[in-house]
Amino acid sequence: MPDGSAPVLDVRDLKTVFRTRAGDIHAVNAVSFDLRPGELLGVVGESGSGKSVTMMSLIGLLPTPPADVCDGTAMLAGQDLLRMGPEALRAVRGRDIGFVFQDPMTSLNPVFTVGFQIMEPLRRHMGMDKAQARRRAAELLALVGIPDPERRLKDFPHQFSGGMRQRVMIAIALACDPKVLIADEPTTALDVTIQAQILELVKELRARLGMAIIWITHDLGVIAGIADRVMVMYGGQVVEHGRVRDVFADPAHPYTRALLQTVPKLREPREAQLRVIEGQPPLLGAHPAACPFRARCGQAFDRCARENPARRPVGAQGHDVACHWDHRSGAPA
Amino acid sequence: MSAPARPRKKLVEVKNLKMHFPIAGGLLRRKVGAIKAVDDVSFDIYEGETLGIVGESGCGKSTCGRAVLRLYDITEGSIRIDGTEIGTMGQSSLRRMRPAMQMVFQDPQACLNPRMTVAGIIAEPLEEHGKLSGKARLERVFELMDAVGLNRNFANRYPHAFSGGQRQRIGIARALALNPRFIVCDEPIAALDVSIQAQVVNLLEKLQDDFGLTYMFISHDLSMVRHIADRVAVMYLGKIVELADRDALYERPLHPYTEALMSAVPEPDPALEARVERIILKGDVPSPANPPKGCNFCTRCPKVMEICHRVDPPYREHRPGHFVACHLLEADSAAHDQSAGSTGATPTNTSIQQGEDA
Ligand SMILES: Nc1ncnc2c1ncn2[C@@H]1O[C@H](COP(=O)(O)OP(=O)(O)OP(=O)(O)O)[C@@H](O)[C@H]1O
Ligand SMILES: Nc1ncnc2c1ncn2[C@@H]1O[C@H](COP(=O)(O)OP(=O)(O)OP(=O)(O)O)[C@@H](O)[C@H]1O
Ligand SMILES: [Mg+2]
Ligand SMILES: [Mg+2]
Repeated sequence: MPDGSAPVLDVRDLKTVFRTRAGDIHAVNAVSFDLRPGELLGVVGESGSGKSVTMMSLIGLLPTPPADVCDGTAMLAGQDLLRMGPEALRAVRGRDIGFVFQDPMTSLNPVFTVGFQIMEPLRRHMGMDKAQARRRAAELLALVGIPDPERRLKDFPHQFSGGMRQRVMIAIALACDPKVLIADEPTTALDVTIQAQILELVKELRARLGMAIIWITHDLGVIAGIADRVMVMYGGQVVEHGRVRDVFADPAHPYTRALLQTVPKLREPREAQLRVIEGQPPLLGAHPAACPFRARCGQAFDRCARENPARRPVGAQGHDVACHWDHRSGAPA
Repeated sequence: MSAPARPRKKLVEVKNLKMHFPIAGGLLRRKVGAIKAVDDVSFDIYEGETLGIVGESGCGKSTCGRAVLRLYDITEGSIRIDGTEIGTMGQSSLRRMRPAMQMVFQDPQACLNPRMTVAGIIAEPLEEHGKLSGKARLERVFELMDAVGLNRNFANRYPHAFSGGQRQRIGIARALALNPRFIVCDEPIAALDVSIQAQVVNLLEKLQDDFGLTYMFISHDLSMVRHIADRVAVMYLGKIVELADRDALYERPLHPYTEALMSAVPEPDPALEARVERIILKGDVPSPANPPKGCNFCTRCPKVMEICHRVDPPYREHRPGHFVACHLLEADSAAHDQSAGSTGATPTNTSIQQGEDA
């Protein structure tokens, strides 16, 4: 991962609110991150923490209303995605940013052949004729490890197994050699043995094609295995971010620490009791004026209820945390 | 949850259980084949223990759990609960057995009636099977809510007002209502967030200690199963390929599929991740409607041998309490038998012979 190179994607202070009849839901608050060429950024956080909404906001895939992407910038190759018209965004989605959704069955169209669905973006965005597109589509299927690709192009999604459908989705996302691939829980529906196949494939593709990848998951093990950097989200905010080895070796946010402790580890001695994070996730009903984790945090003190902590650097390069408490000294920062 | 030292009692005994679903086809919707969802499995569950069932999606875990509770009319085999054969029992006799055996489902949302209050949901089995009066029944509901850590003040709320973890607690309270001895937990934590999963698992363990419950715990989360189970069965395509004590299975898996499964689990520790050697399986899982000839795992097995394509390996106890179905071990034990100077053909040798004749 070339550390010095300019980011392919640079997101600053992204804010997304859902304006619903029952009131506003502040789903994403001042989220900032960047992504460099060839890098894999992992995104973790509990259900409802804003991982999907953050990414969907960038590429204009949220229904508006109720969604209101009301603040921030997202620069891709000198252009701000948040200020692009729908036409321009659609072009970006097919060509510059590939997207893999969580559920491959709902995102593949059951009435079209898999071949048609891979060829369509190739013809639209890359100006290929039918024969060229078919050849490229077969190459892509072979690339994601589907045997007998020429023949399989004629098959419909239901004729593929879950793992193969997921690979087809990845093939479609890769069709136009995107600069950025966003994968939203691409392996949660899969078994560990199939997941391992896909992770191998992604590592190989990244090395071969040099694309930058954002990988959203609940599974800290997956992050540990494939990501360069990790971003931890809680209550619509980034609470910790840094190189994977730094964050796992020295987690600075109480939520990250708790999260790492709740998962049982297969290759370590078995513990008599699992640790838990007591309490409920925040409601996101108002713009956060306090730390979203304070109600569940063992370290919370009066300042946490008064002031939402900003991200501040800790230790190693690029490692930052949004917490008033200094995990090293065990005192307020 | 540690295994008691005295001789243990078998609460559940399953022998040669088969659950085949017919495939109907053609104009007359005649039976044209069968999905062998569970195909000849045998295992016991000791009183007070947790038997974990793991394996890939579609390998037959849920079907096995449901069949053991006789939620299906089974195709073949014997199921004894506390000595009573229920495999062939009719529905009315079964109804008398029901209170003793319960199920907790994967998706708490789907199995809680949205129009009923929490108290109503938990009380339903009591109304159906119990003899409690209205007042005693409500007291029992409160007791159950306490046991699973639900606030009594929530008794009149509806399920949608609860989080996933809380809904799972409602499902567990309901399953406990009739003082069951045996509970099949079918992926009770799969739909929950990581931070909530630990809460529910801890609760299940506490209830087991408090009430001496026996669990069949179905899950594809191998780390969680290692945490909760005393013994673990690994299923592949409708069959148990390996069954052993937790530590034996996790520390020294004998079946190549178990090995691959264990090696594929990602570890939340980058330093460890970098060292882990993965066995990456090639190929996809065959369909249970059309399993391969020979061993079911032969299409993906990294250690496949010629015989595996012809002969289905027998499921045998290779070490005390450690059951495996694999030709590799058959070869091992055959070699061992030979070197020990044992005479006569083992059952394996016979089946190899038959395979070659065919
Ligand atoms: N269409 C919508 N209308 C209202 N609120 C929404 C909508 N979509 C998402 N939200 C809310 O936004 C918040 C963030 O949701 P998001 O889907 O980004 O979570 P996530 O981190 O991806 O969770 P998961 O891990 O469960 O996928 C949640 O509180 C969710 O309820
Ligand atoms: N009622 C049914 N009729 C026909 N086929 C069925 C039925 N129930 C299950 N099956 C089939 O039996 C096989 C085993 O299914 P089962 O639900 O037991 O798998 P599982 O191991 O629980 O998978 P998962 O981990 O995805 O829950 C699958 O191929 C499934 O499609
Ligand atoms: Mg999401
Ligand atoms: Mg199941």
